[in-house]
Formats: sequence, C-alpha cells, structure tokens
Amino acid sequence: MTRPILEVDALERRFDVSAPWLNRLLEGKPRRTLRAVDGVDFDILPGQTLALVGESGCGKSTIAKLVTGLHAPSDGKIRFNGDPTKMQMIFQDPFASLNPRWRVGRIVAEPLRTLFPETTDVQAEARVGELLKTVGLSPADAAKYPHEFSGGQRQRISIARALAGEPEFLVCDEPTSALDVSVQAQVLNLMKRLQRDMGLTYLFISHDLSVVRHMADVIAVMYLGRIAEIQPTADLFANPLHPYTRMLLDTIPDLEAPKRDRAPMGGEVPSPVSPPSGCTFHPRCPLAFDRCKRELPKRTPDVHDRRVACFAAAEGKTDV
Amino acid sequence: MTQPVLDVQGLRVEFPTRHGTLTAVDDISLTIGRGEILGVVGESGAGKSMTGMAILGLLEPPGRIAAGKILLSGDRIDTLTEQQLQAVRGRRIGAIFQDPLTSLNPLFKVGDQLVETIRLHTPMTRAQARARAIELMQEVGIPAVEERIDNYPHQFSGGMRQRIVIALALCAEPELIIADEPTTALDVSIQAQITALLKRLCRERGTAVMLVTHDMGVIAETADRVAVMYAGRLAELGTVENVVRRPQHPYTVGLMGSIPSLRRDETELQMIPGAMPRLNSIPPGCAFNPRCAQAGPKCSRDIPRIHGEGAACWLALEGATA
Repeated sequence: MTRPILEVDALERRFDVSAPWLNRLLEGKPRRTLRAVDGVDFDILPGQTLALVGESGCGKSTIAKLVTGLHAPSDGKIRFNGDPTKMQMIFQDPFASLNPRWRVGRIVAEPLRTLFPETTDVQAEARVGELLKTVGLSPADAAKYPHEFSGGQRQRISIARALAGEPEFLVCDEPTSALDVSVQAQVLNLMKRLQRDMGLTYLFISHDLSVVRHMADVIAVMYLGRIAEIQPTADLFANPLHPYTRMLLDTIPDLEAPKRDRAPMGGEVPSPVSPPSGCTFHPRCPLAFDRCKRELPKRTPDVHDRRVACFAAAEGKTDV
Repeated sequence: MTQPVLDVQGLRVEFPTRHGTLTAVDDISLTIGRGEILGVVGESGAGKSMTGMAILGLLEPPGRIAAGKILLSGDRIDTLTEQQLQAVRGRRIGAIFQDPLTSLNPLFKVGDQLVETIRLHTPMTRAQARARAIELMQEVGIPAVEERIDNYPHQFSGGMRQRIVIALALCAEPELIIADEPTTALDVSIQAQITALLKRLCRERGTAVMLVTHDMGVIAETADRVAVMYAGRLAELGTVENVVRRPQHPYTVGLMGSIPSLRRDETELQMIPGAMPRLNSIPPGCAFNPRCAQAGPKCSRDIPRIHGEGAACWLALEGATA
C-alpha cells in the first residue's frame, strides 16, 4: 500500500477570543475559546488531490495554515512524509500575495534563493524564464511589476513562485475564488496539467462544490471545525451520506437543469464560539433526533467505513 | 403591448480622462417588464454594474451618460436634476448592493433605519412607520422581529443583514429594484435563501428586478431573461432557457463551457484564450474578435449590435458568411 504523504490525526486548533483581562475582571466575563479546528483527521496519498469544502468559518483555511506551519496546532498531529522544504502554498488573493514593489522575476526567484542559495544569477534568470513559460506567461514578464498583470495572470505568477521551490506538495487556499469563471477555467486547467506532469499532491481548499468535483480525488466536507463526511469524489456526488452534504449539493445551481423553485436550506451556520450541543448540525438537520442533541457523532469503521459522522446515517436513514 | 417598467435605449456611459474618453457602457438597450427578473451577467469590467449605476443616477463623476434614454414606466429619468432624482431613487427604484455591511449605517438600530426610510418616502407617523417596518422585516424572513428591530447591524449575520437591505429597498414599494451582486458576499446555503426571497417578492408584488451578477448559476435559477455583457457592450440577450442551453454568441458559449459541470466529467475545462480587453484598448469591430476562433474579416471591421433579443455576432446575424 502506498504511504500517505500527509497524515493528519485528531488535529485541533483553539483560539482565545476572551474579552481583555480588565473587562473579564470588572464585568465578570468568562474566558472564551473558539475551536476553529476540532478533531480533524485525514490522509493524502502522493499525486492525489484532497479537497476541503465548507462554508465560511468551518475551519478549512485554518487547516491550510496548520499544515503549512503558519499556525501551531493546539492538539493532535500533522505528519508530513516528505521533505518539508518541498511544501508550498498558493493563496486566494492574487493582489495581496505578491509584493507590489518587487519585479516578477524577483518574486518568482525568491524560493530559489532561499532553498537553493548556491544558484547563480544566470541560473536563476533562466529558471524564472522557464517557470513563467510553464504557467503560460512569457520570460520577458520577469521585468514587469505585479500591477501590470490581471488577476488570472497574477495567480499564474503565484503558481510559478510556488513551483520554483520544486515542491511535491501544494496547499491551495481558494486559488480561483477571486477570479472570473473563464479565467478560473484557465487556472484550474493549468493546475491539473502541472499535477499530471510533475506528480504534485494538492490540498485544495474551496467553497465551490463544482470546482472541487472537477479537481479532487477525495472530498472532505467540513462543518464548524469538524469533518462531516469524507469520500472519494465520485462516491460523494453519487451517494452523499451526511444530511449537510445533501443539502449543500442541493443548493448548487445546476446549469443543465436549473431547479427554479427549490426550497433553500433553512437556518444559518451557528457561531463557532458557542456551537450547539451534540452534533453541531442538529438545529438545521431534518433527520435530527434526541441523540443528536446530546452526543457528538464520530466517524467509526462500522459506519460506512469511517466516511461519515452522523447518527442518522449510522441507522441507515439518509433521505432528507 | 404593455409598457415595460424599465426601458433603456442605446445607453452610453463615458469617462473622459486625460488620455481620451473611455466608453464603459456602449449602446445598451434592454427592457424589464412588471414582475420580471432580468439577469445582467458578465465578467469584472464588462460594464454590468456601471449600467445599474447609470439607471440609478449614481455614476461617479467624471462618468456621464453620453447618449441614450432611460425610461421608468414611460417617464424619462436620465435627464432629471439631482433633486428630482432623489425623489425617484428609493421611492420608485430600490437598490440592493453587494456588501450588506456597508449598505447599513453601523451606528443606528436597523429599525430606526427602516423607519427613517419609510417616513422619507411616505406620509406615515412614527408609530405607523414602525408597524410597517415590523411587517417588512417579517416579510423578508427575519425571525423574532419584535426583539430584533432594536438591534444594530453588527448583531445580525451576513444573510440577515442582506434581508434587512432588501427590506429597506422595499420600503416605498418601488416599481424597479436594481440588485447588484446581492448574493456574492454570502455562503452558498444563504445565497439560495436570498435568491428565493427576491423571486418570491418580485412575483408577489409585480416588482421588476435587474439582477446584476457574475454568477451564471444564480441567473439560471432566478432570472426570466438574461443580458450577457462583454467589454461594455451587449453580447447576447434572450430568455434564460435560450442563453443557458443554446447560447449563440461565441463568448457566451465559452463562458458556459468554462463553468465546471456537475454532471459531465471533463478532464479539461473549456477555455477562452486571453482576457477581456481593457476599456482603453477595445479592438475595432466586435470586441470579442481577437479571442474568437470563428472570427472572419467583417468581425474586425464592423461592430455587431443588437437592440432586442439575439446575439451581437456577425455569424448569428448574417449566417456563416461573416
């Protein structure tokens, strides 16, 4: 069996969101913690794409930061079975993630200079030209500044920069959500081609299920810091097990058969500072029963082979 | 024929700059009838928001309407003075913008903001206006209204805030609502709630809605007709079924193909090579011709235009001979 390149085990990240000390003292306010990531586990096999999907505040971006070491985990383990210098990240906002005062050549060469300090200027220049060609830009673009490029082109520069370190593993946090659809298609196609040619592994974070369906081998659906369901892409779309996944799938507009009079999902994502008891989805869940309000469902081997954390699914109820 | 609520004829919006005049909206004609939702779709910079702003009379100077007419139930509104326009905006045309947090004043309770808007447009007393505000908040689906009416905007979630913005737009029972990316800042599950709400209100009250968005999915589920914009011009206008299922303009075809499908398994998404031109470098002829695989000699010479349903493409207008 192939060994996973990334193993995440019981990962937890808490943030202290208490009022300042003096307010706590004077107004008797308690200490409050926000569990952004609460007991998450998954593996990624080399050359595959695992996607984390969910609505805002579900903890998907926090996981990206934990995996890349931008945050330290509060609990749990992240094991990267590879060279830690071979991990790179692509961020959402192509306007904020490139230094506006650096020329593109310097931006793309930065990982080269850091990771391979023996690179000569001539070698670096040649490599930057090569990388820019790989992502569909021209070597002459190295002399330009980021503001001379459109959003899609900037995201290509981010990808070129990430590739400069010769990575095996890329963490992509909403890489196309700031882009127009026709440009998104260009960037997604580029990312798939690079994965094929270079054997890259992606941790792909997105809120868009149709993008994720196109990109991922395995999808983990997150709700309030936990994985509600994790399945290979085809299985998740053919046979969603968690009521939340079913409702999410129902809300995506289908261009081929628009559901013009569908009933939208009720309720909203509760505040992660004071999540509901038991299964945090129970107030919005049409299948919830008493046990869901008291106990926290876990993914277990006997319920759909650890694919879903849901008491209703465990009892074979799946119709929403 | 009944008179449309909104009738835009040959609208042209220009921005004079030091380096020449830029045309942000170029010869747009469209109509919206009572109870109809017209989707205006396009990528960033296509001129879709600018069209909405021009109708609202909210163009930022030096932007100006250089040609064309805007008629609201038969009355010309593009020639009104600022003072006359203020009587139209809010009362006859409601507006909903993308970010509900910036559309609400953070220092005032939402109830007071609703009461102020209602009293500005109707001769109600404070008590009557408050009763009306409660009614409106219930109508847009805010739970426990009696308690929440005295909350401040920050005490509401994004979806609830957008509902309040919609309630504000409804205060004076406008004939037309211009909704500019009303669901873009919201999560998918909330998005569906807001579009369902807009649709219900439009149907029940007969309000005409211009729904400006970049999201084809939202259009497919909400709009009756669609206008596709490209580089400030209309590329295609038609019913949702026609534009989404049987697009005629090569740009619309490419746009539809670049959206990842939920049904088909594609190894590669369709791409449109290149990017939309900037306003200062729109090519001669059809603005899309440098990116179009089927472009002929006429396409780089003459601008194809439509003033009704159809596709602004020489191939569609004249058959395969262009």
